[in-house]
Amino acid sequence: MSFWTRHQIFEKNSVILIAGILVVIAIGGLVEITPLFYLKSTIEVVDGVRPYTPLELAGRNIYVREGCYLCHSQMVRPLRDEVERYGHFSLAAESMYDHPFQWGSKRTGPDLARVGAKYSDEWHVTHLTNPRAIVPQSVMPGYPFLAQTEVDTAVVADNLKASRVVGVPYSDEQIRNAVADLKAQADPDNVGTDALAKRYPKAVIRNFDSKAGAPTEMDALVAYLQMLGTLVDFKLYNEKANLR
Amino acid sequence: MQQSQCTKWMTHGEAGLMLFFSMAAFVCAFAAAKALDAPFAFHASLAAVASGVASFAIMNRYLDRPASLPPEEINGKPNYNVGPIKFASFMAMFWGIAGFAVGLLIASQLAWPALNFDLPWTSFGRLRPLHTSAVIFAFGGNVLIATSFYVVQRTCRTRLVGDLAPWFVVLGYNFFILIAGTGYLLGVTQSKEYAEPEWYADLWLTIVWVVYLVVFVMTLVKRKEPHIFVANWFYLAFIVTIAVLHLGNNPALPVSVFGSKSYIAWGGVQDAMFQWWYGHNAVGFFLTAGFLAIMYYFIPKRAERPVYSYRLSIIHFWALIFLYIWAGPHHLHHTALPDWTQTLGMTFSIMLWMPSWGGMINGLMTLSGAWDKLRTDPVLRMLVVSVAFYGMSTFEGPMMSIKVVNSLSHYTDWTIGHVHSGALGWVGFVSFGALYCLIPWLWDRKGLYSLKLVNWHFWTATIGIVLYISAMWVSGILQGLMWRAYTSLGFLEYSFLETVEAMHPFYVIRAAGGALFLIGALIMAYNLWMTVRASEADVGTELALQAAE
Repeated sequence: MSFWTRHQIFEKNSVILIAGILVVIAIGGLVEITPLFYLKSTIEVVDGVRPYTPLELAGRNIYVREGCYLCHSQMVRPLRDEVERYGHFSLAAESMYDHPFQWGSKRTGPDLARVGAKYSDEWHVTHLTNPRAIVPQSVMPGYPFLAQTEVDTAVVADNLKASRVVGVPYSDEQIRNAVADLKAQADPDNVGTDALAKRYPKAVIRNFDSKAGAPTEMDALVAYLQMLGTLVDFKLYNEKANLR
Repeated sequence: MQQSQCTKWMTHGEAGLMLFFSMAAFVCAFAAAKALDAPFAFHASLAAVASGVASFAIMNRYLDRPASLPPEEINGKPNYNVGPIKFASFMAMFWGIAGFAVGLLIASQLAWPALNFDLPWTSFGRLRPLHTSAVIFAFGGNVLIATSFYVVQRTCRTRLVGDLAPWFVVLGYNFFILIAGTGYLLGVTQSKEYAEPEWYADLWLTIVWVVYLVVFVMTLVKRKEPHIFVANWFYLAFIVTIAVLHLGNNPALPVSVFGSKSYIAWGGVQDAMFQWWYGHNAVGFFLTAGFLAIMYYFIPKRAERPVYSYRLSIIHFWALIFLYIWAGPHHLHHTALPDWTQTLGMTFSIMLWMPSWGGMINGLMTLSGAWDKLRTDPVLRMLVVSVAFYGMSTFEGPMMSIKVVNSLSHYTDWTIGHVHSGALGWVGFVSFGALYCLIPWLWDRKGLYSLKLVNWHFWTATIGIVLYISAMWVSGILQGLMWRAYTSLGFLEYSFLETVEAMHPFYVIRAAGGALFLIGALIMAYNLWMTVRASEADVGTELALQAAE
């Protein structure tokens, strides 16, 4: 019986055809995806990487909501020009708490993986409100409404809880103090700032939008942008430990 | 109401669905009342209203219908079910025009950023997923559902399975599109490219898709032909694999069942790999396998020639679906994904060139002995040019997946150009060709209202595509080279901003190309509308004239 005759078993039986399709499409995915859950280079733990503070997480959710990933990548490739333009190439560990990942696929605007601490808060606030006020050639949309919207504090703790279920190691203490931490980070005079800094090392505590009152979405987004790529100290990072 | 001898009963499907939708109406109304955020309240209300309307419509349809369901056969000929196909074809045209129009708007926003209007729901970041979902899932999806329901009935010589089920598929799918699309505008998104809909939209799509699979497979099972026609293998692979990809990429935990926000189960590198395993195979199975099925049915049918090689189609099918699944990592070259995965993705992407061109040859060579029809039949020309574009973008894709090429092309407009040569040239044209065939068949017209208008559509759209993709090639390669340019002193030559400024003229040309493509689609919509509206006597004259020439 020739190969072509044997193939008739698929052509004459829809269930066998489905089974054949399922087997054939399963192989590639299994080979490429499964190892990523146990290979050292993809589950590496690097000093300094910590879960987002409640305010940063709220900012990240705004980044996700507005679809920033469509124009900004968060993945510096190990290429000479990128490392010089943006900084050290991105490590797998730096996005290990990102649900979803926001590496992006297009740079209509620059990469943001290491944008933290490069510009002042005031620059970010002005730029987000009206990009062309500060960068005349920019094609970015303006987001003036962020400064007028307060962060919804009712769901802050629930966001941390849901993140914990999908694998971000928030402690009970961090969840309990979520709202307090969120308020403290945008208010340097707040009594809770020391506790916040202890719970989240390297957390930047400033009144990001320099407006009095409850934290706005602008505070949250700028807090997120200002921490991007700043957690790992590359003077201490051992490149050989997790070769990829 | 019609009278009938036998007693009239509700079918299990009617009773079950009425019960389901009545309960759904209450559950959704309750969810709307408890909603934590405004978009969720809006969507829950929409779902409650839609469920109520569905419930009412089923009851109304039951009261109006005769006691027995439509027969399987009339005078020994299969009694094909065309209602749901007509609806899906109409929606395809509607979403197509909406999607192209939004595409034109966001292309213009990149050239003239003031068009973002600084409002949340008109900014590029929210409109771009609306554009991609409207053209891929709404336009493409409706074309696929319409043609698959048509082709599976014709090639199996049997009526579609189910009475309400096919309607559930087409209406449910379009409701999913409505929820997803309005969600983007309101800021409800997972921000995973091409998988943006949030958890509740994903859940609903899963239900609809399972019913789609069941209707399709059960129709295959009761076929009157011994063999399953090749187009149906591709449709089946598309439906089954999209189900697997959707489930693999989207497991998410809602923050609250009364809120729209969720967190995806995967994080970081694993999420990236899942995402592009999904993303590239949305291309491979939604935009390729499904539309190849269209190629395998509509080109032979229109050219009145058999498929060129049956054996080639067997090799084409298995090689394509096996190799495609591996290609995802080429979207993640030089990232934190391990090198071996990237190399594997690159290798398989290059191998993929072979089955792709095998399929292209099979489609093109089907015209052997009928090449002269390209001169007289613009619909066939559209179908054939779509296959040529398929060949072009499936050569470009493997080339861009080579790591060194990718280090230049990635993150630039070259990717956008590549996607559009596939999307506008291949998917767009093959869909247009299929709809131009399908509409007269479904409405029982002798031919299209005007072949001349098809010709106009063809040339307007082709010039649009050429403008679009050549502008993106130039801007992509230009920007890629500018990013890596060094001065003689060893400094980076251009700031990022200078590279943004350099893009402006190409963004204007791209928008012009998109406008031409949209105009072509409007011409098409007018032509199809007139075809449907025309009475029997008016249509088909032009076709008859052409044939007589």
